[in-house]
Amino acid sequence: MAEYITLAVDGLQALLDELKRREYRVLGPTIRDQAIVYDDIESLRDLPMGWTDEQSGGHYRLVARQDDAIFGYPVGPHSWKRFLHPPVLPLWQAESAGNSVRITTTQGPDQPFAFIGVRSCDLHAIAIQDRVLIGGQHVDPSYRDRRKGAFIVAVNCGEAGGTCFCASMNTGPKVEDGFDLALTEIVIDDQRLFLTEVGSPAGRDVLLQVPHRPATPDEIAAADGVTARTAASMGRVMRSDDVRELLLGNLDHPRWDEVAERCLTCGNCTMVCPTCFCTSVEDSSDLLSGKSGRTRHWASCFTLDFSYIHGGSVRGSARSRYRQWMTHKLASWVDQFGSSGCVGCGRCITWCPVGIDITEEVRAIREDRPAERTHHED
Amino acid sequence: MSTAILPDTLRAGPDPMLPRLATVRRRRRDTSQVWTLDIEDSVVSNEPFVPGQFNMLGVFGVGEVPISLSGDPAVQDQLVHTIRAVGPVSKALVRLKPGEVLGLRGPFGTGWPVSDAVGRDVIVIAGGLGLAPLRPALYRLLAQRERYRSIQLLYGTRSPDDILFRRELLAWRRRHDIAVEITVDHAPADWTGHVGVVTTLVSRSSFDPAQAIAFVCGPEIMMRFAIAALGQAGLADEAIYLSMERNMQCAVGVCGHCQFGPSLVCRDGPVYRHDRVRSFLGVKEL
Ligand SMILES: Cc1cc2nc3c(=O)[nH]c(=O)nc-3n(C[C@H](O)[C@H](O)[C@H](O)COP(=O)(O)OP(=O)(O)OC[C@H]3O[C@@H](n4cnc5c(N)ncnc54)[C@H](O)[C@@H]3O)c2cc1C
Ligand code: SF4
Ligand code: SF4
Repeated sequence: MAEYITLAVDGLQALLDELKRREYRVLGPTIRDQAIVYDDIESLRDLPMGWTDEQSGGHYRLVARQDDAIFGYPVGPHSWKRFLHPPVLPLWQAESAGNSVRITTTQGPDQPFAFIGVRSCDLHAIAIQDRVLIGGQHVDPSYRDRRKGAFIVAVNCGEAGGTCFCASMNTGPKVEDGFDLALTEIVIDDQRLFLTEVGSPAGRDVLLQVPHRPATPDEIAAADGVTARTAASMGRVMRSDDVRELLLGNLDHPRWDEVAERCLTCGNCTMVCPTCFCTSVEDSSDLLSGKSGRTRHWASCFTLDFSYIHGGSVRGSARSRYRQWMTHKLASWVDQFGSSGCVGCGRCITWCPVGIDITEEVRAIREDRPAERTHHED
Repeated sequence: MSTAILPDTLRAGPDPMLPRLATVRRRRRDTSQVWTLDIEDSVVSNEPFVPGQFNMLGVFGVGEVPISLSGDPAVQDQLVHTIRAVGPVSKALVRLKPGEVLGLRGPFGTGWPVSDAVGRDVIVIAGGLGLAPLRPALYRLLAQRERYRSIQLLYGTRSPDDILFRRELLAWRRRHDIAVEITVDHAPADWTGHVGVVTTLVSRSSFDPAQAIAFVCGPEIMMRFAIAALGQAGLADEAIYLSMERNMQCAVGVCGHCQFGPSLVCRDGPVYRHDRVRSFLGVKEL
């Protein structure tokens, strides 16, 4: 049986305080540069209370809400991968000593993370990166160390965004497991409350120091209503049951040429995607000290460098690079890591400068529509 | 889809991105662009590498690239790599002098299924530098020659000057238990051997297609033609193995660069059975 308690708004502040007291680095949503991003959170005042973000293909805008909801926004451009799988990571340093070399590794973070406001799609994205980075034969130790102690305060979405399609991907909007605490923001008799599901012993333990009370059946029913409404109002849909076979069976579909005419190969979609994990390494050296080192950074399959082997890039055309990205997300990921690589968060649609929509591209191939924009019938 | 985290995925383990040290012991020049390095690993493994596997070799401050093992797997205290100097890292590698230290990770990847060749005709087809990752398989085959039916090496290079491991090939040619056929694309006047692409050697060679197994390594286009010729000679796709090349940053399945359709070359390759990748080999720019 799920275990529920109810927090008031000041209970949420007490939760943040308790996590800090336990020396977590508390990270959560906050407004910066006209967007809701994830950053260090000191208090409730840092959270985007009263704001939402309006999203559609190639479009993102902060909008004031009519109420003072704290989690009343769909996900912004950031995802938790920027903390668990950092954009730039020094791997090791080497120092020559006579005819030998001494290699030292980089230390992991000294504080465990507490993530506030993890949505169901992002929880699934974290589970997907777990499978890729620590679930295989080889373990990425930096990811493991960051992931291990992370405390997760999930939030059930109160509203679907214009580009969301988690319901199609079976990844939301209601969180099911993999969290320490899961909040649903509800309003009962004009009072803002957080119905809280306890997901782990660590979650229960933290609550010992946070004022709360048992949840009432009305509150539980209200929370269920919130996620049911969200599920019914998804901005996008995508049939996902046979998409692997559909794409792998259509590697030479003319639609790839059509999307390549619009795609700028900017790689934005790969940067905002919460599951994209690709990286490159780079060596550097300091001539004066004789020290050298290797650094890992996020890479995008939309660059020519990505597939470069001596003599040229394997994927020279935009067509092949868009196809690589989309077939990897939705098809070959299943072969490689046992699940889809897409959680339906919609970020790639919102942040694509030309509004390319992965759900629409799948639909076009399914309906065998090669070139919808240039197609004229007269 | 469950998000539950399995506790054993949080297990400890060595850092697969951390190189160990190795020391260059010998360096020799094979052709104008190709050198072979014998290196000594600081950690001697009791398990021989599998022919066809590769290591990540790194020059500190310059970078790290995948290079196949080209030596005899039976010789355990020395790793042999044959490197074409084409760019920053490979040029830095071949400039290392005996006694100098490099970074080493590996061995990685799948290998040639030498034990599946027992009792069969073995056809080894190499194009250019593709001979390097096949040489360990040839050593293994010749070490227990009696276990196989015929063995033939069909090798194509651009010109006679590009022939790798020349002395060894000549020695093998003098043996009667292996056929070595070499062809070149461009021949000078004094060349008396075959001229033309390596695939032409396939149609001249004789083997029992029902009993044969083929190992193919070279540029992708050459492998496609060689496989087509083997198919025409009656060899089943299940009896043909090839080795793929892709960009590799990590070699342990987490960097994403070496994807080849649904597989990762570092993990599921580089050596593949042809029937398992047939449908992807012909797709342009996959
Ligand atoms: C499984 C496998 C086995 C190989 N075996 C051999 C071998 O035995 N001998 C040999 O000479 N070559 C081999 N290669 C090819 C060799 O790795 C490339 O020629 C080498 O990476 C070139 O790097 P470079 O810096 O010298 O030159 P450039 O080709 O100019 O490369 C410039 C930069 O591009 C990147 N790059 C280019 N190719 C690759 C690559 N394949 N993987 C990662 N990064 C790359 C590197 O960052 C490099 O520094 C193999 C490749 C693979 C995948
Ligand atoms: S592919 Fe797009 S919708 Fe799917 S997880 Fe990545 S960013 Fe979200
Ligand atoms: S799909 Fe959009 S975001 Fe992705 S590379 Fe193309 S233009 Fe950029």
